[in-house]
Amino acid sequence: MSALLGGSQALWFVSRASGLALLAAFSAAVVLGVAARLGPRLAVGELHRALALFSVAFLGLHVVTAILDPYVTIGWAATLLPLASPYRTLAIGLGALAVDLGGAVLITSLARRRLGYRTWRAVHWLAYLTWPAAFAHAVTAGGDLRIWWVALVLWGCAAAVATAVIARLLAWLRGPDRAALGALR
Amino acid sequence: MTARPRLLVPGPPGLAGHTARYGPPPALPGARQRDALIAEVARAGLTGRGGAGFPTARKLAAVAGGYAPVVVANGTEGEPASAKDRVLMASSPHLVLDGAVLAAEAVGAAKAVIVVHRDVRAIIGEAVAERARARVDPVRLEVRTAAEGFVAGQASAVVQWVQRGIPAPTATPPRLAQRGLRGAPTLVQNVETLAHFALIARHGASWFRSAGTPAEPGSMLVTVLGAVREPGVREVAIGTPVGQLVDLAGGPSEPLRALLLGGYFGTWVDAAEALARPFSSAGLADLGAGPGAGLIAALPVGARGLSETARLVRYLAGESAGQCGPCVFGLPAIAGLLERLAEGRGADLGQLRRWLGQVDGRGGCAHPDGAVRLVRSALRTFGAELPVPPGGRR
Amino acid sequence: MTAPARLRVDFIACDGRGLCAEALPGLITLDDWGFPIVSGQAVPPRLLADARATVRLCPRLALRLEAGR
Repeated sequence: MSALLGGSQALWFVSRASGLALLAAFSAAVVLGVAARLGPRLAVGELHRALALFSVAFLGLHVVTAILDPYVTIGWAATLLPLASPYRTLAIGLGALAVDLGGAVLITSLARRRLGYRTWRAVHWLAYLTWPAAFAHAVTAGGDLRIWWVALVLWGCAAAVATAVIARLLAWLRGPDRAALGALR
Repeated sequence: MTARPRLLVPGPPGLAGHTARYGPPPALPGARQRDALIAEVARAGLTGRGGAGFPTARKLAAVAGGYAPVVVANGTEGEPASAKDRVLMASSPHLVLDGAVLAAEAVGAAKAVIVVHRDVRAIIGEAVAERARARVDPVRLEVRTAAEGFVAGQASAVVQWVQRGIPAPTATPPRLAQRGLRGAPTLVQNVETLAHFALIARHGASWFRSAGTPAEPGSMLVTVLGAVREPGVREVAIGTPVGQLVDLAGGPSEPLRALLLGGYFGTWVDAAEALARPFSSAGLADLGAGPGAGLIAALPVGARGLSETARLVRYLAGESAGQCGPCVFGLPAIAGLLERLAEGRGADLGQLRRWLGQVDGRGGCAHPDGAVRLVRSALRTFGAELPVPPGGRR
Repeated sequence: MTAPARLRVDFIACDGRGLCAEALPGLITLDDWGFPIVSGQAVPPRLLADARATVRLCPRLALRLEAGR
């Protein structure tokens, strides 16, 4: 199998590269979701969805190449079960956690109309746990931070997400521009 | 029609007094009797007395088809100018409760929730306790104090109040008859409607139709207030002339300028025009008015109709459940313009009309619609009070 | 031939975010407070796909496409 894929080096590279691309796409999606109100609504909303779906594609590639890579033994179960990988259990486990949480967000978003707004919204908050898990996985299991551009991508993603979260917090503290709607009594 | 009251028959209080006055309610042992009762209500042509006037038999049939339905008796009376539901519940609590129990039996519900204005909570609570001791009811009765506020009497708001303590209307679909209180098919009926229902169950459709008009049969409770000598609640045949209703209330205490018909969500009509009309949907339709919640408020000559209306709209704006943008933002804006107009300061009538158009029909319930109706009727009826713009035309 | 479809707004769910008006400017405009005005007319067949997409992208699930009567 690895011979067909040009040697395990190729799998290792693709796994790393797709992981970085995944983090970048996912971070961008999170930034757009967190700071949605600060931009043009329609464009931001559609871009958020598109990036989330791109992330799923990168995730697929990332997970498959990592598991098929004969150099390390991870096992398919480790995709979803955080403590199932014999190789670097914690680091991989963080990735599995991100997949679990992100999966819940994704599935509820796809089934949003059927589940209703409240359920969808409640589960969507898990995104605030998904990103840190994904980032922690990237730092511990992933790129070699001594490579300058890997560090750039990682810290760039962190800076973008942090900025978005701070902007959202400030907006929340400032209060809404007009009266919020909702059953008052 | 006060010669033979139906709902407000005076007599000794308590279950025994009630049974002496009205006789016992019929038993509904099986499905045949239950369906027959619903058919009888259909023949009687009973419509809702809460303001919407929906055919009661249709509601009953819709809920009866559902699984594990529940009945909610709506005695909230959120309309502050109306007193009829409270008067009914205080005078004939057992008639209302009979109606609730019969309605529950008719639709196959095991329980009826009686939601009542706090003024009559004690009376209704006592009546229910008395019935429980006498074991007269095949269904469970639960009493809840109603929420305060104008919108609290809206059917879905009552359901939300019972379910989660917030009297806010919900979106339809789904209709309450399909999914209401805790997901069950729910029949919400005004307490006066249930009282009429309890009498139809005893005396039949022909008896019910012996009062009122062929299209709108039966009697109704009407609250008359404002510039009349004896304001209060009286029972009358539907279609009784408005002037007669004012006379029953002691006649005008001063010459009248206009009448507010239906409720705070109703319609201002010029007094001279209104007094001759029958107090019925058909009789008032071409004036853009209706009996609504059975309310007539008399405005004397010399009162400023626009000021009154501005006050009412400011009240209605404050009573919004706060869920829908056009209502939350539009009603205060409209109130502001009306206040300016009432004070004689200039205001952009075009802007007002635009906002009325933007608010009408754009809410989760009919609250903004009612306010718009009120304002439009005020502009028609009190047009003479509007400041004349520099061009000379309004 | 499909039955005429109408756009309907659930104003209890609607928050006035305005994505719908941006997506379907031909059918949806905003009132003075940022809330959507839908005409209640049948959606023309050539805009049906766009209307369905707009229904999907409302963040509050407040827009509905209903079969007309």
